[in-house]
Amino acid sequence: MLALGAQVLVKNDWPETRGPCHIRTPHYLRGHRGVVVRQFGAYPNPEDLAFARPAAPVPLYHVAFSRRDIWPEGSDRDELLVEIYEHWLEPTGAASR
Amino acid sequence: MPDTYPHATTDDLPRAMHDLGGATKFMCEPVDIEPHALTDFDKEVDALRQILGARKIMGVDELRRCIEAIPEADYLRLSYYRKWIRSITDNLLQKGVFTEAELRAELERG
Repeated sequence: MLALGAQVLVKNDWPETRGPCHIRTPHYLRGHRGVVVRQFGAYPNPEDLAFARPAAPVPLYHVAFSRRDIWPEGSDRDELLVEIYEHWLEPTGAASR
Repeated sequence: MPDTYPHATTDDLPRAMHDLGGATKFMCEPVDIEPHALTDFDKEVDALRQILGARKIMGVDELRRCIEAIPEADYLRLSYYRKWIRSITDNLLQKGVFTEAELRAELERG
């Protein structure tokens, strides 16, 4: 389980280039750094459910990203929060708060 | 910019066709957020999906996977619930719940 405030890197992985898949990690976040801000508990992995395979529970988080890093346009008050499953996240440092 | 993946736009990424969020191509198009009335067809497709879920024949994640597998030309042309019925049909054919010949015979019977 990742701690609140954990700094994470979204895996720069592109399963859609390797064959049929169903993933919940949007393309525009891959390879970007974010911070875990909410823990939602664990849910059966939708990547397996999508193929009617046995699906182990995977923790789900709200990860906050710097909007300016992702989209240079927009307002600095904009917040970018995305639900991401743990197997897509690599910890990059200790909890920052 | 992050040191891991520097890019100004997302159009050069190998995103899947349905993964539209953040695609620069759609940046200037307003999103239609008006409520739409459901047709009888829409309601029937929704009911069918619920029955398939309740009977453990096909789950919502499978529905999404098979929607995402619709060829791009059809994906962009089909309405929301037509994508659903296409996904359901493809999934049930893959699972052998019915055959293409049986489906065609039923459609011709009307």
